Amino acid sequence: MTQINVRVDGASYSDDVEPRTLLVHYLREQLGKVGTVVGCDTSNCGACTVHLDGQAVKSCTVLAVQTDGCQVTTIEGIAGGGAERAALHPVQRAFHEMHGLQCGFCTPGMIMASIDLLKENPDPSDSEVREGIEGNLCRCTGYQNIVRAVRHAAAEMRGEAEGDPEASPAVVDTAAAEHVIDEPMAAQA
Amino acid sequence: MTAVEDPAAPDTLVDLAPAKEVGQARRRKEDARLITGKTQWTDNMVLPGMLHLAVLRSPVAHGRITHLDVSAAKERPNVVAVYTGADLAEEQGSLPCAWPVTPDMVNPGHPSIAVDRVNHVGEAVAIVVARSRTAAADALEAIDIDYEPLPVVLDMEQAVQEGSPLVHDSTTSNTSYHFVFDAGEAGTGADTEQAFADAEVTVSRRFVQQRLIPAFMEPRSVVVQPSGDNYTMWSSTQIPHILRVMAAMVTGIPEHKLRVIAPDVGGGFGGKLQVNPEEILCLLLARRLGKPIKWTETRGESLMTAHHGRDQVQFIDVAADRDGTVRGLRVRLLADMGAYLRLITPGVPALGAFMFPGIYKFPAYRFECDGVFTNKVPTDAYRGAGRPEATFAIERIMDELAVELGMDPLELRRKNWIGAEEFPFTTVAGLEYDSGDYAQATDEALQLLGYDELRAEQQRRRESGDPVQLGIGFSTFTEMCGLAPSRVLGSLAFGAGGWESASIRMLPTGKVEVVTGSTPHGQGHETAWSQIVADQLGVPFEDVEVLHGDTAISSRGLDTYGSRSLVVGGTAVVKAAEKVVQKARKIAAHLLEASEDDLEFTGGKFSVRGTPGAGINIQEVALAIFAAHDYPEGVEPSIDAEATFDPENFSFPHGTHICAMEVDTETGFVKIRKYACVDDVGTIVNPLIVEGQVHGGLAQGIAQALYEEAIYDAEGNLTTGSFVDYLIPAASDLPHFDTGNTVHAATSNPLGAKGVGEAGCIASTPAVVNAALDAVRHLGVTDIRMPLTPERVWRAIHSGGDGGDRDPGLSNAQGVTSSEAAVASSTEGDQR
Repeated sequence: MTQINVRVDGASYSDDVEPRTLLVHYLREQLGKVGTVVGCDTSNCGACTVHLDGQAVKSCTVLAVQTDGCQVTTIEGIAGGGAERAALHPVQRAFHEMHGLQCGFCTPGMIMASIDLLKENPDPSDSEVREGIEGNLCRCTGYQNIVRAVRHAAAEMRGEAEGDPEASPAVVDTAAAEHVIDEPMAAQA
Repeated sequence: MTAVEDPAAPDTLVDLAPAKEVGQARRRKEDARLITGKTQWTDNMVLPGMLHLAVLRSPVAHGRITHLDVSAAKERPNVVAVYTGADLAEEQGSLPCAWPVTPDMVNPGHPSIAVDRVNHVGEAVAIVVARSRTAAADALEAIDIDYEPLPVVLDMEQAVQEGSPLVHDSTTSNTSYHFVFDAGEAGTGADTEQAFADAEVTVSRRFVQQRLIPAFMEPRSVVVQPSGDNYTMWSSTQIPHILRVMAAMVTGIPEHKLRVIAPDVGGGFGGKLQVNPEEILCLLLARRLGKPIKWTETRGESLMTAHHGRDQVQFIDVAADRDGTVRGLRVRLLADMGAYLRLITPGVPALGAFMFPGIYKFPAYRFECDGVFTNKVPTDAYRGAGRPEATFAIERIMDELAVELGMDPLELRRKNWIGAEEFPFTTVAGLEYDSGDYAQATDEALQLLGYDELRAEQQRRRESGDPVQLGIGFSTFTEMCGLAPSRVLGSLAFGAGGWESASIRMLPTGKVEVVTGSTPHGQGHETAWSQIVADQLGVPFEDVEVLHGDTAISSRGLDTYGSRSLVVGGTAVVKAAEKVVQKARKIAAHLLEASEDDLEFTGGKFSVRGTPGAGINIQEVALAIFAAHDYPEGVEPSIDAEATFDPENFSFPHGTHICAMEVDTETGFVKIRKYACVDDVGTIVNPLIVEGQVHGGLAQGIAQALYEEAIYDAEGNLTTGSFVDYLIPAASDLPHFDTGNTVHAATSNPLGAKGVGEAGCIASTPAVVNAALDAVRHLGVTDIRMPLTPERVWRAIHSGGDGGDRDPGLSNAQGVTSSEAAVASSTEGDQR
């Protein structure tokens, strides 16, 4: 057992961990931070993505002992508190508004990866979003509404899309959400 | 339209309340917990004293266990118990197969843990129970086991040959069943042999539906808590209700002593429509040890042992006149069952049997299918379950027929599809298609795609010899959804019905609880059901809570699969709401001192006709009946209601999907240039959810065409056992989708809904393959086996035909046109 001191979602923890314990298992099993989930064994799916000292990492590729002295932020630590709309992170809110999730299992990792992407590139194109989140797999959505959500959040975070979020996308024809589709041809691999 | 509880009800639809919520793109109620990490996944469960199960799995595909010693594992730290199949042989029974498609179907049975013989890689051979997940996994290494290898049976076409080694030595062949549907014999069509004998043109093809893996994102997980002689099971399942019945029957635990809960479930796609060995094992161990037991699979275990999908070899023949009028269709399938028959394994191809004719007016049709055992993980439902296979075959061979006749593929389809004025239309397979307009959907899809411009560009590229060629592929499809009329399921020998249940509880404060038997795993039932109830009862959307997935709360239900939830479960909700209003009307009339007949109910308010202003809200009625101080004689003091709906027909969503595909002839790389589709899913309750379902279906259907394949090596090892090797597409692998809808309401349910969960997945695969072939057919390519990897495409372009892919296990194209009096073996180099 090795002792680590780590800040997770703003709270300090001091714990003994096995050297082989992965960060994701430390979060889930020792801290009860079950918002972060395990989707694969090979670091392909990204469901376990958290921020380690501000950078997105797949928490299944980090040993808990490596986080000694570090700050970890999970999906449970990005909202202002409570589940009210006003308290949500703009990316969380955008995933809701744009229907960027279905079963929701990949969603915590997808949101954490997207926040990191927007930090690097505050105004990504469709294809930049698609490439930026290609380390995170979703089996439900076909990604289109995730791309929409990330770009919608980007616009809001740049201060360009304030106002009633219900106003977009269109009430019935969501395909008409033109503001996030500027290059439909460039989206393919 | 007949509700089960009232078989004498008139054959009319109920009057729906005016739609205010239905049709709105309501944001989902489910999201609040999912975007904040406050979700209840099964693996999140921690119970006092909980033990963890780990499973040792067979590394050989076929063998006899000759030695098994678990004594060292028992000595490992924190290990509580270790069991083998022999330890549990008396109590484990057989995992259920609920669909004996023929009376003489051979089912060898399926133990949850192998006793003396293994039949696929990944089969459980020993289990460890320990105080932690890691202690259980560590102890597996200390188990000593030897196998005597047996011949491995992998290829279906070899497995059905005389003299093939057998998967099960209790059987006389590897064929589990032979299922036939013959329209001539059924009286729904003409004689197929005669149709072919008289035909001016026939085209025959062999297509391969590769093996796929559902690959839901949440790994399967189960927790069982014993309490006296009661058991509570939490499981990541699509089917808590069916699981409860089946687990009770398998283990002998009385059904009323077993409660099954599906908490938040992270996707299923048919893959969690199953009774899993580990669910049974956790129950047995909880009973033995008296402690809560948890099992959560790794992704490797999931890909290796959760059931797979598709895996058919399809021989399909079409007969037609020279002018393109179709005369007959003949289908023969080999369907890979894998090593065992799971919950509905044999029924998947049988479900598809009725959909091969698609939207076309074939006068004659014959279908035959052999279910074949191999030493691979069993197949079972995967998004579409039988219908994608049928749609692929018919939509591919319509293109082949068009080529043979020198016709435009869309012109051929138009010539043969059911006209809008012909509904309801009874097909050659005996199904009654209720509504639709194939021409309208096609016209709108062509617009959405920008068809004329893309055809012009295709021509330019062809003429200039551009190394990147363009192709356009169609899929004009329909599917059979809304599973299902119980009597029809009975006639197909399915072990259960197809009804669905709902109940509505009006709380004293006017809030509403809706209990549905259709258990969601990502579809958004909580939102859509709230919209329906808000309209029916005239209460705010926010005031409705939808409960599901717990057999103690929702005692009756048949769960979620087959695009059935809205069509069947949503209708049950409408019926229950109708009863609530009927009951509330009596109370309201009493309180208003008016005759029931003089009351009208709109916007949640009962008022006396001709007396505007006066009235009482349904919420006030709920409070009044809670107090129960003043209510009419002979009326029970409750306005709660339950309803069960059993549809009389399936629903038939349809649509036109068009793919424009770029093919780099120098590298074999294919890229979807544009994808447009117009789906008719009947009445749309929530367009946001409908669009999302179509997107997700498209992703999986396109993935079958381009990326995914479960591959076994010659020894029966799954070589695509991780997400490194099994390529489920990332965002960068998929295009933008242009989607649209036409709306022709279903006539078989009052909502008019047809179902949408599987549409994109069923329709898209042939559109993508047809598009790729359209791009390179002029170079002599006749077929390319899925998935269309750059290597396969390149080989097809550079070798002609199907790419020289001659290994029968690897090729799906040995097609012939019999008008050329050819036989399969002599047309492998067909360069047409």
